[in-house]
Amino acid sequence: MAVSSQSPVRSKPLMPSPAPPEALTVSDSSEPGFAVYVHWPFCAQKCPYCDFNSHVRSDGWDEKRFLAAYLRELDHTAAQIGSRSVASVFFGGGTPSLMQPQTLGTIIEHIDHVWGLASCAEITLEANPGSVDAGRFSGYRSAGANRVSLGFQSLRDPDLKRLGRIHTSREALAALDIARANFERISFDLIYARPQQTCDDWRTELSEALALGPTHLSLYQLTIEPGTAYEKLYNAGKLSVPPAEAASDLFELTQELTKASGLAAYETSNHANPGEESRHNLVYWRYGEYAGIGPGAHGRVLSNGERLATATERHPETWLAQVEASNHGVITQESISDAEAADEMLMMGLRLTEGLDLARLARICGVRPNPETLRQLIGLGVIERDENAGRVRAVGRGRFILNEIVLHLSRSFVPVRFP
Amino acid sequence: MTDTSLIRNFSIIAHIDHGKSTLSDRLIQLTGGLTTREMKEQILDSMDIERERGITIKAQTVRLDYKHTDGKTYQLNLMDTPGHVDFAYEVSRSLAACEGAILVVDASQGVEAQTLANVYTALDNDLEILPVLNKVDLPAADVDRVKEQIEDVIGLDASDAIPISAKTGVNVEAVLAAVVERLPAPEGDATKPLKAMLVDSWYDAYLGVIVLVRVIEGTMKKGQKIRLMSTGAVHPIERVGVFRPKQEMLDQLGPGEIGFFTAAIKEVADTRVGDTITDDKRPCAEPLPGFKPAQPVVFCGLFPVDAADFEDLRDAMGRLRLNDASFSFEAESSAALGFGFRCGFLGLLHLEIITERLEREFNLDLITTAPSVVYQIHMTDGTMIEMHNPADMPDPVRIDRLEEPWISATIMVPDEYLGSVLKLCQDRRGRQKNLTYAGSRAMLVYELPLNEVVFDFYDRLKSVSKGYASFDYQMIGYEEGDLVKMSILVNAEPVDALSIIVHRSRAESRGRVMCEKLKDLIPPHMFQIPVQAAIGGRIIARETIRALRKDVIAKCYGGDITRKRKLLEKQKAGKKKMRQFGKVEIPQEAFIAALKMDEN
Repeated sequence: MAVSSQSPVRSKPLMPSPAPPEALTVSDSSEPGFAVYVHWPFCAQKCPYCDFNSHVRSDGWDEKRFLAAYLRELDHTAAQIGSRSVASVFFGGGTPSLMQPQTLGTIIEHIDHVWGLASCAEITLEANPGSVDAGRFSGYRSAGANRVSLGFQSLRDPDLKRLGRIHTSREALAALDIARANFERISFDLIYARPQQTCDDWRTELSEALALGPTHLSLYQLTIEPGTAYEKLYNAGKLSVPPAEAASDLFELTQELTKASGLAAYETSNHANPGEESRHNLVYWRYGEYAGIGPGAHGRVLSNGERLATATERHPETWLAQVEASNHGVITQESISDAEAADEMLMMGLRLTEGLDLARLARICGVRPNPETLRQLIGLGVIERDENAGRVRAVGRGRFILNEIVLHLSRSFVPVRFP
Repeated sequence: MTDTSLIRNFSIIAHIDHGKSTLSDRLIQLTGGLTTREMKEQILDSMDIERERGITIKAQTVRLDYKHTDGKTYQLNLMDTPGHVDFAYEVSRSLAACEGAILVVDASQGVEAQTLANVYTALDNDLEILPVLNKVDLPAADVDRVKEQIEDVIGLDASDAIPISAKTGVNVEAVLAAVVERLPAPEGDATKPLKAMLVDSWYDAYLGVIVLVRVIEGTMKKGQKIRLMSTGAVHPIERVGVFRPKQEMLDQLGPGEIGFFTAAIKEVADTRVGDTITDDKRPCAEPLPGFKPAQPVVFCGLFPVDAADFEDLRDAMGRLRLNDASFSFEAESSAALGFGFRCGFLGLLHLEIITERLEREFNLDLITTAPSVVYQIHMTDGTMIEMHNPADMPDPVRIDRLEEPWISATIMVPDEYLGSVLKLCQDRRGRQKNLTYAGSRAMLVYELPLNEVVFDFYDRLKSVSKGYASFDYQMIGYEEGDLVKMSILVNAEPVDALSIIVHRSRAESRGRVMCEKLKDLIPPHMFQIPVQAAIGGRIIARETIRALRKDVIAKCYGGDITRKRKLLEKQKAGKKKMRQFGKVEIPQEAFIAALKMDEN
């Protein structure tokens, strides 16, 4: 199929909206800022590979009641952690594009009310690229969203069917056009290393995707997750995915093709033109602070000098009942020690092409990697150290073996003594 | 003191699972030694490991009062003996303390190699044998066939063999009657100087060392000063008693009686199995024959996984040795594994029991290095050294010849597995000495170098015979062998804990298998790792562990962090169980697993 969605979209004037986000440069990362994640748990259909907290409700849901609960949980969280300036809001799911635009708008307004949105705040909505959802895009834009992330997953209809997706590739391209008419910042997701997928198949499909001119792409390798329908099929021998070696080849190919199109990876599975990175996800990877709102949402927040890991009840109606009874849906709240925070910051930071900020690691967690370990890893050519920026980053084949590098660095951590 | 004509001392000889413990329990129950409520299965095997594995490690006795149909009450002393080849010497001493033995044979399984060895030991000690066929209640029981087998294989008259079921209790009374009627009474003069045999000993937290004895002549009394003839040590007796099976204190033990004494002896190591005990003031003229000190035949290194546990390991081994003088250890250091101990054992089962107890009872994580036999190295200067550790191998130019221990092995196996067993023995440099049949079972006698048996021969034998082969052995002496030290190099660095002594003809295949195993046992690193086997400077086998290609996870967002961090913590804990060699980390289980030969 010919790809025809070229430029006219870009020249259209933007819809009236909150201020467009300013370009963000990588060097702004010394303090990653505060983000709010809002989880919308409902989907029209459950995808067999997906292990996210998603639920199908054939009888629908009481959206007014849920909205009220989101607002209450926001109030509660704001009361707990105090004032903040919100750099990013992300509506994830589930399928947040099943929400009424008005619901979205009310939540955004409330976030602004309890904390205050920064003037350049990024507000992203995950959306299913089906025709019904796309019909609401202008409404979401008016409600305050300024970035949309489309769950393409594939450009091949038979594969979309196999992945359990309810949209077709034609709908997806139409949705992209509509998104471009409404949002300046757009991303879409693709899944590769799918059953029977060869390098040649993926080369063609990814090239088609790159020809669509995206400024941000999330390219995920299919993994078999516990508790999914794919896991059952896989264990029963009814589903075969490319073996580790082939999956590595696909990963390598992905790096090559995206780089050649100016969309080099800025994180293991995320690619963007410079300045188009997802600011929200950068908050996670730079180990910033974020609040989790809604069923099954996780947070990392500072409260009374403590770093807390929070998680809410996953089941939507149970979460709803708990919020109505006690103003919040939190079921676990643990204090994160400095050593644990160091591991988390390391794990997340090394996923970024910019690498891990050593000065921030020392400041927040009081540790640094043992210089001898760093020297060995540099000798192996898997990491490099940028003295000026005070960062270490995985390079070359090191980007393929982050687990191993993280394990070595984490074991090597030594306390930092400040003069 | 009981008239010797009213005493019977006997032990029970049986293969594992043929019902020795069940029969013992029945006999105790029938003579009222314990009420049913007090019965705990397999009372005599009191150690956890003994009960779990169904084997007896320490000898134990129980005195039973049995009222015979002749109206007299007899004192029956039942001796439960260790049942494994590793404890062959202990078995021989236990048997020497009896006049008779009940031979228990499973009526559905027939005679096994271990039974055979113990019967021969009993016959060597002039014991009267009373054959008993157990498990006759099982549908597969074939009394006539097994009787015939006892006559063919052992050469024992089985016409009067008693068919019983220890499990259901059928005919067990008849065994008690036969013990009185068919086994001889002991002899001995109470007026002569004390002469008693030390059968076994163990440490009791309340009483100190408890010594099990058989009085041959004279009497043993509370307060008497006794002398242990092998060491000359003198101790005043504090207590004298018997087990019924509960301890019961007595004033004295007379000739023919079996019982125990305590005498403020601090360590089990001070009491040697087979030693003669006599009166210090009025000693007997000659000690009993057959005494020999325990001699370890298998050695291996034991190292704590966490170097900080070294002192704990030393304490734990010291505590086990309190109760097991046949186990020896001395500190050793390995370039690869740090500080640990070189330990000597009576055999492989003994090794396994000790390491298992150290891990289980003392909560230690251990790295066990390749078991080694004791080699005799004859040097060019005419001296001879005994080598327990391949790491101690002298420079080959100074060696005149190397000698290794050989064993004579008896293997019984159903004939359908004979071919595989013959192949296994041939592959292990065996020399066939005899092959006979009893019905459909073959009895093989092979001479084998102990170093081919010491590691996994028994496992392999069980596997090639689907568990049907039984095995026993005895040492026959040292022979010169074309032996070489094979080293393993990981990433070009020798790992001393993996070096082994091997026959030159087997070096290449062993080297290849070890390299292949290590390739799978050592996880991929960030770089490629060569694994090599070498004799001297010559590489005889090589494998390559390919560098880690990709392990990065596709997605990681805010909701994944806790789970991923916990995974990282688990991986870090796993890494702690590895040992660092140069730049390479080797998992602890690799040291033993690398040596296993799957010869398929």
